[in-house]
Amino acid sequence: MTIDINPDLYAQVPDEHGRYGIYGGKFVAETLMSALAELEALYNHLKDDPVFLREFDLDLAHYVGRPSPLYEAARWSDMIGGARIYLKREDLNHTGAHKVNNTIGQALLAKYMGKKRVIAETGAGQHGVASATVAARLGLECHVFMGAEDVKRQSLNVYRMKLLGAQVVPVTSGSKTLKDAMNEALRDWVTNVDNTFYIIGTVAGPHPYPMLVRDFQSVIGREARAQSLAMTGKLPDALVACVGGGSNAIGLFHPFLSDNEVAMYGVEAGGKGVETGEHAAPLSAGIPGVLHGNRTYLMQDENGQIMHTHSVSAGLDYPGVGPEHSWLKDIGRVNYVDATDTEALAAFHRVTRIEGIMPALETAHALAYAEKLAAEMTPDQHIIVNLSGRGDKDILTVAEIDGIDLGAS
Amino acid sequence: MSRLGPLFDTLRAQNRRALIPYLVAGDPDEALTVPLMHSLVAAGADIIEVGVPFSDPMSEGPTIQKGHERALEGGTSLLSTLALVKQFRETNSETPLVLMGYANPLERKGYAAVADACAEAGIDGLITVDLPPEEVADMNTELQRRNIDNIFLISPTTSDERIVTITAQASGFIYYVALKGVTGAGHLDTDAVEAHLATIREHTDLPVAVGFGIKDANTAATVAGCADAVVVGSALVDLVAKDLIAGGSHDSAISGAQSLISSIRNGVNLATSN
Repeated sequence: MTIDINPDLYAQVPDEHGRYGIYGGKFVAETLMSALAELEALYNHLKDDPVFLREFDLDLAHYVGRPSPLYEAARWSDMIGGARIYLKREDLNHTGAHKVNNTIGQALLAKYMGKKRVIAETGAGQHGVASATVAARLGLECHVFMGAEDVKRQSLNVYRMKLLGAQVVPVTSGSKTLKDAMNEALRDWVTNVDNTFYIIGTVAGPHPYPMLVRDFQSVIGREARAQSLAMTGKLPDALVACVGGGSNAIGLFHPFLSDNEVAMYGVEAGGKGVETGEHAAPLSAGIPGVLHGNRTYLMQDENGQIMHTHSVSAGLDYPGVGPEHSWLKDIGRVNYVDATDTEALAAFHRVTRIEGIMPALETAHALAYAEKLAAEMTPDQHIIVNLSGRGDKDILTVAEIDGIDLGAS
Repeated sequence: MSRLGPLFDTLRAQNRRALIPYLVAGDPDEALTVPLMHSLVAAGADIIEVGVPFSDPMSEGPTIQKGHERALEGGTSLLSTLALVKQFRETNSETPLVLMGYANPLERKGYAAVADACAEAGIDGLITVDLPPEEVADMNTELQRRNIDNIFLISPTTSDERIVTITAQASGFIYYVALKGVTGAGHLDTDAVEAHLATIREHTDLPVAVGFGIKDANTAATVAGCADAVVVGSALVDLVAKDLIAGGSHDSAISGAQSLISSIRNGVNLATSN
């Protein structure tokens, strides 16, 4: 495909109202508006402050272990016989996923604001673990809201959070998954807004969150761009990342947006198949609306009620998506596609066996699509896939699906 | 034409405070809603706030969340809520009605279509929790064209500067959220409420209603000492729910609600009786 978009466009979003085209904004209750304004003012001041940026970079280097490698998946690429696939190894970060890039950044903001208590929502538990980790390191009180359904299917991460000293609050309202955890976190924030910093885990929520999470995660794409040039002498032909809320995808994509020759694919959770209605793919099958503080594509019914979603991966099981993705879809810069539960599980097993890398089930959606895409391309081309997290947390889920009794319970 | 302005003019002339009960439309089923609304008026309600059920009511505490869930299970939507309002209007054309809800059901139907449907049903004002002044302009334009009031929330965290912005766009009344928290929370600080209301009144002559955290005649009496109107939500929703869960009929839910509202009415009246 050819893309012909003015490269300066991407630097212009969000606008001063937190808008990406018609998406984004600050759709929250009045009680939170002053907290958002305070956060926005602080971040606008700090984002170009060399002292803050140096502190962030040092933490990423010495605590997270950045830069993460770009690794050529040679055996897998040979098997496919098309484009060469490179994996951006966010799974090697401390705590095992890209989520920590953002929690390091937001914890620094909390520290600058003097907040002693942090809260977070989590789906797969990766953001919860990353939040509990930075809270432990800074001596902050940490409460993680998690859907009761996810508490069950991600028990390993629940225990990790508890070991780190966080209080995990199971949420039993609504569909008992990520969206309800976010509702409950927002309710807590309204109640404790004076002493609490809300660490949002993805590029959603009210402005300035989608912007600042994007900025913190963009380290992924900046590194990948330089690594691609160093290793192959050119930019990649395509980028692939899974999209739930979309933070790992925007982190990889954003530094490449002005490179019109780089194609981009955001892979949503197709669940049992988009045509069955049991999925979590708002960009593929949703309608714009307002949820959790921003206007974006949502899975909703004709009355504007948010629908229950389905995905084998808790981290993608969310009816909305970051507003910048909605905008990138509408302007045609990024292609949004999907991979089903079955395709993701097959890719999980394949990459584990062929490359010795066990991906998170979320990440496996990106791998499933990358395999199809690479097969249609040629060996002189290359694709970068964001290997956004490792799969240790998912082994109980995979064992159960495969009918294997680990004797754990 | 909204009934809110004339009502508050009358009440002010009589040195009375308004009582505003809140219910969730269709909670626990649509058969209760209209009879309950009439009974609230009979028990002393001046205005009724009708909650539009939403799947993700982010500002509600557990009590009202459950009310929304019960109503959604019965299939109540924005449009069926307005159908109930129309039914209420068949025998009551005086009591002002205010819809309270969230942005997405309005976005889904389109702001102009929603404003038309509200005008046709006999709605006087709208409170949309997640449409702060920064996001409400388009909806407000549609409401103003149809003389429906857009009612803004002001909270304990709202700065003086924002109070000026909000009161400049507001009509009908101002809804002061009495505490940092969700509906039904239990930590109302009436001294702080009084101080905040004094600040708000420096910037506007609009009536100020106070809600969140008012549960009984005592809290209502205290708040009515400084507010123009008192909103009671969770206490009523909880009572209706408990009665129905205990196997009560709609009749007993209605009589329970009536005695709660009568007692709060007396509390509100106490504030101005001496």
